[in-house]
Amino acid sequence: MSTQRIVFVGVGGQGNLLASNLLGQAALAAGQHVVVSEIHGMAQRGGVVESAVILGDATSPIVSNAEADVVVCFEPVEALRILNKANKDTLLITNTRPSPPFTVAIGAAAYPKPEDSVAFLRSKLGKVIAFDGQSLAEEAKNPLSLNMVMLGALFGAVELPIDVKTMKKIIRSQTKKRFAASNVQAFDLGFKAAA
Amino acid sequence: MDVLLTPSGGKEHLLLGNEAIVRGALEAGMAFATCYPGTPSSEVPDTLYRLRKQFPDKVKYYFEYSTNEKVALECAAGAAASGVRTLCTMKHVGVNVAADPLMTLAYVGVRAGMVILTADDPSLFSSQNEQDNRYYARLSGLPMLEPTGPAEAKEMTTYCFDLSEELGSPVMIRTTTRVNHAREAVPFVKLGKVKQTSKFVKNPMQFVTVPAVSRNLHLRLLGIYNQAQAISEKSPYNKVVGKGKLGVITSGVATNYVMDAVADLGAKSKIKVLKLGFTYPLPEKKIASFLKGVDKVLVVEELEPILEEAVRALAQEKGIAVEIAGKVAGKVPAKSVDIEPPAFFSRAFEYTPRLVRQTIAKYFGIKHKDTAELNLAGMPTPPGRPPNLCPGCPHRATYFAVKEVAGDETIYPTDIGCYTLGVLPPIKAADFLICMGSSVSSSGGISRATGQKVVSFIGDSTFFHSGITGLANAVHNNHNFTLVILDNGTTAMTGHQPHPGVNTESIGDSTTHIPLEPLIRGLGVQHVTTIKPFKVRSAKKAIEEAIAFEGVSVVISQELCPLFARRVAPLTKRVFQVVEDKCKGHLDCIKKVACPAMFVENGQARINPLQCIGCALCAQICPENAILPVKAEG
Ligand SMILES: Cc1ncc(C[n+]2csc(CCOP(=O)(O)OP(=O)(O)O)c2C)c(N)n1
Ligand code: SF4
Ligand code: SF4
Repeated sequence: MSTQRIVFVGVGGQGNLLASNLLGQAALAAGQHVVVSEIHGMAQRGGVVESAVILGDATSPIVSNAEADVVVCFEPVEALRILNKANKDTLLITNTRPSPPFTVAIGAAAYPKPEDSVAFLRSKLGKVIAFDGQSLAEEAKNPLSLNMVMLGALFGAVELPIDVKTMKKIIRSQTKKRFAASNVQAFDLGFKAAA
Repeated sequence: MDVLLTPSGGKEHLLLGNEAIVRGALEAGMAFATCYPGTPSSEVPDTLYRLRKQFPDKVKYYFEYSTNEKVALECAAGAAASGVRTLCTMKHVGVNVAADPLMTLAYVGVRAGMVILTADDPSLFSSQNEQDNRYYARLSGLPMLEPTGPAEAKEMTTYCFDLSEELGSPVMIRTTTRVNHAREAVPFVKLGKVKQTSKFVKNPMQFVTVPAVSRNLHLRLLGIYNQAQAISEKSPYNKVVGKGKLGVITSGVATNYVMDAVADLGAKSKIKVLKLGFTYPLPEKKIASFLKGVDKVLVVEELEPILEEAVRALAQEKGIAVEIAGKVAGKVPAKSVDIEPPAFFSRAFEYTPRLVRQTIAKYFGIKHKDTAELNLAGMPTPPGRPPNLCPGCPHRATYFAVKEVAGDETIYPTDIGCYTLGVLPPIKAADFLICMGSSVSSSGGISRATGQKVVSFIGDSTFFHSGITGLANAVHNNHNFTLVILDNGTTAMTGHQPHPGVNTESIGDSTTHIPLEPLIRGLGVQHVTTIKPFKVRSAKKAIEEAIAFEGVSVVISQELCPLFARRVAPLTKRVFQVVEDKCKGHLDCIKKVACPAMFVENGQARINPLQCIGCALCAQICPENAILPVKAEG
């Protein structure tokens, strides 16, 4: 079986480590070989958080520059920052709702317009899926479910060796009971947005 | 129940490397564990702590967060010398702190299995250096094993307890961040039986290291080396994979990059890999016979050329004429090893699968085309996203008050913790930092050598870790500086672990709380004040007095880390807002405190109500009194 290298990037608090962990668990449940890696570092203090899920035969836990098959971005400028992981055939899925860093809030740096960022992504990559994932999380009545929206979008856009049922079962059993239903709804909304 | 406590074996579970180490220890029947936290090791102790708290009836081991790594190792040594299976964990630089007991513990050995985890951090994701702790095995004479990923980490942990008992010596496991923080399927075996207590059997000829005893013990240690080497020769963790006349020798996480590269290059019938997992003592016979069977050899190891040098020495000693390559002495790579043309391996930073693949292809002359990197010219510049102190962090308030009083001229030695972020603008109150505890001791050096005003910062966990002895030194030698202890009631940086200064009753622990102020008075400090940093005016006054004091003065800035406080009880303070009619747009609040809850809109300051926690710092800075609490609804 060929290898699928999926990189997740977001900012502290958006929950991308949970998304990659759940995807890893679903892969295991589906009988797939999987390696997940996480950089924890400064997650708590508003920094960039990156993780990777590698499905298939590879044993390396990380994805090199230019070698991601899929990049899932929770924030539009983080899609730019992580672009060195992509090559021209990479599929990039991004949430377009900005989460401006503090440097921008105080006027020390400029925040590129999301349309410009997406236009640049499209000029470099054959496949870009960009949508306001945060509004879908809000539609699911769970603003913290952006991670589930993006996970849904991944399943909607990419042929994975894990069936959707298994993924949803993992979401239901592994996330807080109170949020299980809205998490699954967020997943479905993301799935539709990207399918 | 937690999967880690599953009594039976058989199933596979997706585990973080550090959770796998915990499971490995439980399968070995570990009875005692100590640590000082530090990335990337922290999830090992944090998991042991959590399990013991959540499942007190199921868990049979003793666990403690010790005050520092030296203490953790000595405490663990006492337990292992008494005859119970013991684990001691730390990050790489923690072993420096524990190096003194480590060297001589290697002489005396243990009566029950003892495993020491050193978690190294190539690329310095969250560390002050990227030292290679494989040297510690060589320095101390302790056996060392290096797993390639979580599954092997679990298996090796269990094995190391047995090995330790067989040799009567502690055994080290060395991981790197990519092993600690990777997840993969880990097959379980059943939980081990725990021997919870034992009896200390006196034997001064083994355990009391006066010179006459230690001379013998050194010979004992050298004997253990030979015994361990014989085991290493036969170890299944040292094995040859594949066939061919081209050789690669590798260990640790780089093994994965090598195996993937060989597959990607379609070279399984050309390249033979010697995978080393039991890396000290090295299996010299196995390596020599590997060298004899290949035409040339590439050594792939992150950081220092330790294997490479050993392989070169061995080839020389055995007269094996084989070309050996690895790192090129004296070459300094460009900043990112990933973009550098792969003519050699670097001693800096972690490797990537691509780098290893390219270097193997180039060295062995295998044709291969990698996917091209994108040309990113013209990309809109992503704004920086540096980490920042959280909204409502008390460190911000303390820094603000100190800077108001002591200005930019004062020298600010600092220490390691969340508060190290005070190096960033607008705070910029960090001038010297080398290791935990260095704030206090270096202050004396700087103030003596220069006569300049010195105010230093240390966190409460760091103060207990290694600040107390420095402060005693400062008092004894009549130094002249002010030490600010940032007492946020937790070890925030590494995941909010308790320490002796924490009132752990609130979190349901039965450990004893050591309040800071009497401790510091007891050390002989003549000027000690405790401040509440969010009361800006009185805090400033106290800091002013402390700085005016001739000699050593201490300010304890006491306020809980809100992230920690929130775990114990919900935060209830009202959030603040900027009243538009009053804000004149000086933006003093933003320029001086840089709270991430604040932003600029139409030239005025604004506060994001979802991020503000109502600490009221900004409100006390605003000269227009434009920042007020949001009125309660209704
Ligand atoms: C010798 C050593 N051990 C452990 C660490 C990891 N570490 C860095 S800071 C820190 C503790 C920080 O706690 P504290 O001083 O209370 O500051 P806070 O983060 O709470 O502000 C730890 C454990 C280290 N850098 N060096
Ligand atoms: S975790 Fe606590 S101590 Fe650390 S920056 Fe946040 S509020 Fe401050
Ligand atoms: S009160 Fe002001 S300084 Fe404190 S958290 Fe709210 S916005 Fe930040």
